[in-house]
Amino acid sequence: MQRMNMRRMRKGQTGRICTISAHGDLGRRIREMGLVPGTHVTVQGRAPLKDPVALRVLDFTLSLRNSEADYIEVEVDD
Amino acid sequence: MEAMIALGGNPNCGKSTLFNALTGARQHVGNYPGVTVEKKQGHYRLNGHNFTLVDLPGIYSLSAYSVEEVVARDFLFKEKPRLVINIVDAANLERNLYLTLQFMEMGMPVCVALNMMDVARQRNILIDVPKLSSLLGVPVVETVARNGLGKETLMTAVAGMIDNGPASMTALNISYGPEVDALLDEITPLIAEKHFLTDCYPARWVALKYVENDAQIIDLGRAADADLSQRFKGQVARLSAHLQKTLQSLPEEIIADYRYGYIRSLLAKGVIRYGGERSRLFISDQIDRVVVHRFLGPLIMLAVLLGLYHFTFSYSKWPVAWMESFFGWIGALAEAHMPAGPLKSLIISGVVQGVGGVLGFVPLIMFMFFGIAILEDSGYLARVAFMLDRVFRVFGLHGNSVMAFIVSGGIAGGCAVPGILATRTLKSPRERLATLLTVPFMNCGAKLPVFALLVGAFFSKYQALVMFGLTLVAWAGALLVAKLLRLTVIRGESTPFVMELPPYRFPTLKGLLIHTWERTWQYVRKAGTIILGISILLWAAMSYPGLPAERMAAFEDQRQAIAVANPAGGDATAGAKERLAALNAAQAEAALRNSLAGRLGTSLEGLSQWAGFDWRTNIALIGGFAAKEVIVSTLGTAYSLGAVDPAESGSLADVLAHSALWRPLTALSLIVFVMFYSPCFVSIVCIVRESGSHKWGLFSMAFNTALAFMLAVGVFQVGRLLGF
Repeated sequence: MQRMNMRRMRKGQTGRICTISAHGDLGRRIREMGLVPGTHVTVQGRAPLKDPVALRVLDFTLSLRNSEADYIEVEVDD
Repeated sequence: MEAMIALGGNPNCGKSTLFNALTGARQHVGNYPGVTVEKKQGHYRLNGHNFTLVDLPGIYSLSAYSVEEVVARDFLFKEKPRLVINIVDAANLERNLYLTLQFMEMGMPVCVALNMMDVARQRNILIDVPKLSSLLGVPVVETVARNGLGKETLMTAVAGMIDNGPASMTALNISYGPEVDALLDEITPLIAEKHFLTDCYPARWVALKYVENDAQIIDLGRAADADLSQRFKGQVARLSAHLQKTLQSLPEEIIADYRYGYIRSLLAKGVIRYGGERSRLFISDQIDRVVVHRFLGPLIMLAVLLGLYHFTFSYSKWPVAWMESFFGWIGALAEAHMPAGPLKSLIISGVVQGVGGVLGFVPLIMFMFFGIAILEDSGYLARVAFMLDRVFRVFGLHGNSVMAFIVSGGIAGGCAVPGILATRTLKSPRERLATLLTVPFMNCGAKLPVFALLVGAFFSKYQALVMFGLTLVAWAGALLVAKLLRLTVIRGESTPFVMELPPYRFPTLKGLLIHTWERTWQYVRKAGTIILGISILLWAAMSYPGLPAERMAAFEDQRQAIAVANPAGGDATAGAKERLAALNAAQAEAALRNSLAGRLGTSLEGLSQWAGFDWRTNIALIGGFAAKEVIVSTLGTAYSLGAVDPAESGSLADVLAHSALWRPLTALSLIVFVMFYSPCFVSIVCIVRESGSHKWGLFSMAFNTALAFMLAVGVFQVGRLLGF
């Protein structure tokens, strides 16, 4: 088990969200989409220019910018 | 029995498909008051019930995060529908229930349509429907909207709720953790006692929104009872400080976490089971491996965008040509059968050309919307945004802005009108505004004849290269201006990108056709009337005041003189015919210069000479406000060539190339000006409609013209200093 910033996760890596430090509109939006502490996420891939990132969350695919992923800390399964 | 029912759900849950399946093609489309969000209404009859169905915008939540959410919430509280049919994607249950929970928190009677059961089964997601229904305490009906499966059962359940159930439901109270609950329990009774906003909203919901720091409700609260509102805000601030210290989270965030916690514990009670192996890739993910691949992705996207462009502008060529020949025929009919005079001129140049102008765009708009509907409904549009976001973000735009730029002439020859309408696919308000204000800089099909004329006359050796260069200049200009706007008048942080990449789906033909028709019809109805009015005004400005009587008489005398010199009416010599035509052209030039537009053009000469433009160019540019290709025909009139057909401007090019007033630098300066100055008024009307404000229409007229003038003066003066 290792805690890391979501931006640093590799393609195919899976983990569980531990904290989200974004507030305001962004924080609200991230949580509404189901990214709350405890949610499992898998990095599905990145756009051709390495940003944004595509995540598998719950039963759907979500994309967010690296600068938005910065606010999310994940406990990564190896 | 009459009853109004709202349809609510997440984007991509099949809501529109279900709405179409229920109401058929008879829908009424309008806008929610004051905003540009579409409001669709339709009817459904069942055993003596007449239901009015209202399609709410697709939303993930009922916070006041986006216009769509505010609109949906206002509709529910102000119009008070009897119940909400909440469409829930069975294949994505957990996130969809987040909205369901919020409908129930506000005390709205809910009937859940558990949609896409077929997809859920394919993915081995097994749902215990009766259990879900009993745990939620609301009816749950399985549906497959694509083929209309379950819609009768759904509406029977709805009718049952209306016949038997109470008009309102007790709001769902869930726990948001000890601290938040304590505050809610403290202020809810006070809200009820003081009737604070309770004429519209339930008391506990108002309390919840105060704790969530909901801007809209707090504003309403301040207006209703400033003291009480202030007191609540103080209490929430204390709680907020405490929670930030202990949990590093704001109350609204804790509330969201607890909502998901509630949903998870509910689903864990045996509602959902995953059969078979779950690691299997979904079909969508397999497609994405290719479609958003590092190298293949951009290539496929390029092909798709080129395809969209080709589809919009090539296939619509025939209907556009039919329209043109139809209006040409009407014009010729009026020409042949009406007595000469101002009325005839009004009918031909004002009304027929105006209506033709409005309807001439219709095939283009229909094809564009059809193409975009395919990309949107299939799920590809979200991938375009995903791949291009990194590029467009630099300029303060959104990945989806690309569509509007391409359609407007990012590939030379588009049209800004469908381009402006294409910004509807953008959900981020600031990015959308910046896009719709900058797409008119692209080289639309109407600017091309102007460029072709000038390039042909002065840069014919490098024609292809110059035309390609102009496309690059337009892109650079549009993107840089977008950045400038986002740093000044449309300042503000970029809207969070956080976006769902919906699973790929085959669009249904019915859905595509309804989509296309609605949007096209809205253009004809709303924009059409204004455009007709303006085109009549422009006609008047170019025709009035007419030449004074003595000058008219002078032209008539000369005409008589030619007629006298050639008495045999049957075979007038070719020379006489030529002289007569030249005389008519000279009269047209004199009339144009004498008109309101002509006088304006002449009086602006002092200013415009800085950019190298004389009064003739000025008048042509004023005419270009009607449509950019008019610049060519007006220039023709101003140079006494009669009205020049923009498609065959060879003679005019000769005149310009040999005129002492023109040199390559003048042409370059004019090209730059035409590229950047005020959009044509059809585009302006669309900008006003799409931005929801006259302000932005006026802004783009004034700002673009000022910018174009500065650039043209810069080009002309620098060029002169360099000796060109």
